[in-house]
Amino acid sequence: MSLSRDDVAHVAMLARLGLSDAELEQYQHQLDAILDAIGKLNEVDTSAVAETAQVGGLVNVWRDDEPRPCIGTERALANAPERDGPYFRVAAIQE
Amino acid sequence: MPQSFVGRTIAEMAAALRSGATTAVQLLDGAIAHRDAVDGRINAFLARTDDLARRQAQAADARIAREGASAPALCGIPVALKDVLVLDGVPTTASSKIIEGFLPPYTGTAVQRLLDQGAVVLGKTNCDEFAMGSSNENSAYGPVGNPWDVERVPGGSSGGSAAVVAAGVVPYSLGSDTGGSIRQPAALTGTVGFKPTYGRVSRYGLIAFASSLDQIGPFTNTVEDAATVYSAIAGHDPLDSTSSPTAVEDPMETLRNGVAGMRLGVPREYFVDGLEPGVRARVEEAIEVLRGLGASVEEVSLPSTDAGLATYYIIAPAECSSNLARFDGVRFGMHVDGVSLLRSYLATRGAGFGPEVKRRIMLGTYALSSGYYDAYYRKAQKVRTVIAAEFDAVFEKVDALVCPTSPTVAFTQGAREDPIAMYLCDVLTIPVNLAGLPGISLPCGLSDGLPVGLQVIGPRFQDARVLRVAHAYEQASGAAALRSPMVAGAAA
Repeated sequence: MSLSRDDVAHVAMLARLGLSDAELEQYQHQLDAILDAIGKLNEVDTSAVAETAQVGGLVNVWRDDEPRPCIGTERALANAPERDGPYFRVAAIQE
Repeated sequence: MPQSFVGRTIAEMAAALRSGATTAVQLLDGAIAHRDAVDGRINAFLARTDDLARRQAQAADARIAREGASAPALCGIPVALKDVLVLDGVPTTASSKIIEGFLPPYTGTAVQRLLDQGAVVLGKTNCDEFAMGSSNENSAYGPVGNPWDVERVPGGSSGGSAAVVAAGVVPYSLGSDTGGSIRQPAALTGTVGFKPTYGRVSRYGLIAFASSLDQIGPFTNTVEDAATVYSAIAGHDPLDSTSSPTAVEDPMETLRNGVAGMRLGVPREYFVDGLEPGVRARVEEAIEVLRGLGASVEEVSLPSTDAGLATYYIIAPAECSSNLARFDGVRFGMHVDGVSLLRSYLATRGAGFGPEVKRRIMLGTYALSSGYYDAYYRKAQKVRTVIAAEFDAVFEKVDALVCPTSPTVAFTQGAREDPIAMYLCDVLTIPVNLAGLPGISLPCGLSDGLPVGLQVIGPRFQDARVLRVAHAYEQASGAAALRSPMVAGAAA
């Protein structure tokens, strides 16, 4: 299969990556080549196996919901590019 | 002029600290002097934490004076940390522009366990951006030079952590390994690099790349030192839900037990086309050394090895595309203004991430997107099951596997511009991550004057066995004495 320029632009939007025309062009070719190489997956018979999401062997790790100290508002906001009092400041959601 | 400890081991430094032959402050002064002499050529350090290190060294000297021989093994020993590990208040970039200036508000568990032992942190090390790469050429802060030949790559992604040990600046460092990012640079720099079993070392405080694959581990000069650092950082952590609650065995108890009577497997699929003749020769010689020590050696087969790379390049990018969604220009790091929140996300992430990170986010987003999920992501997860099951079956017959770590020795910077050619660097290390196994790379000689790495792989949670096999080879071969010209140059 082959990726179109529109496919690549769609994926970039899903990933929230603002890419230049040159980048879209480059990734179109590179992703095509990588996906072609990944076709090797289909050489493995997986008709009788389940998916592996993780290999640690742990299932449903729970802990008690006990209050604990946390880093607090000031430290949580210390790296914020823009803040407004005790909040992160963001641009309007609608254009 | 105090005795030089450039290129010396943790064990040697710890003994010298306890005998009074040196102090932690002197070790730190020596490490800073050597770092400043060589780093202009290798570009291995990002943040330098000299003031913090001096306070830690003074505290370590006081602790050794107080506790003597019972002071922890790493007390007063200098260390460097890959710049994906957070330490409270110390600049952390993951070698990316997108979080330049970030000051972590907490310390990760593995790092905290070193601090609890009295470690002296010399700084943060350069790596591929967000640990994505095999040559350290993907860093936003420039490539790292290999101490054996600075025109060549040190491997990646933990290239800086490998280089600082190979150059003799520090006796150990921490890295992270998602598809080979500790073992491959260890092979290319002639150091020991150990990736423990998935879940052995807490990932709390490791900037996430691919959460089902990432694991923290050490670079050292010797297998014994790797066991020392592993013992310090391994163990359950409630702050990482994937951290294993099973008890950690003490690797020192079995480290010197040798390999007589052990069954070692040589996976035939790991002697691939593209394996350099010099690498093949050194690894075959190493296998003969192990046979000479009384191990039985047999050829085994892991038939789906060839599909490992493809499996990895779906699963790792898929997880990375999800993990890196957090870099949104709102809570930390770079922010580029846009007329709306969406435009701000696009502008920030478009400007902040480098080319390889964008490529992997794109690949992962595609593999997870509607219509392609089953064909790529679900299929890769099934192949992962097959790969892990093949290892499990082989470990019914043999105790450990021995094979090459990297198909090649260190290559020249700029030699692999094609992404797929670069991805092939990790063809022999990736299956270990997919199956969650412990794996170590240790030096087994030189090819054309450059280090070759021997990889030892064991069953899940048999980390001590992997260290034992590696130690037996190392002691018999004398390979632990291998040091880069930057160490010899400092001693001269």
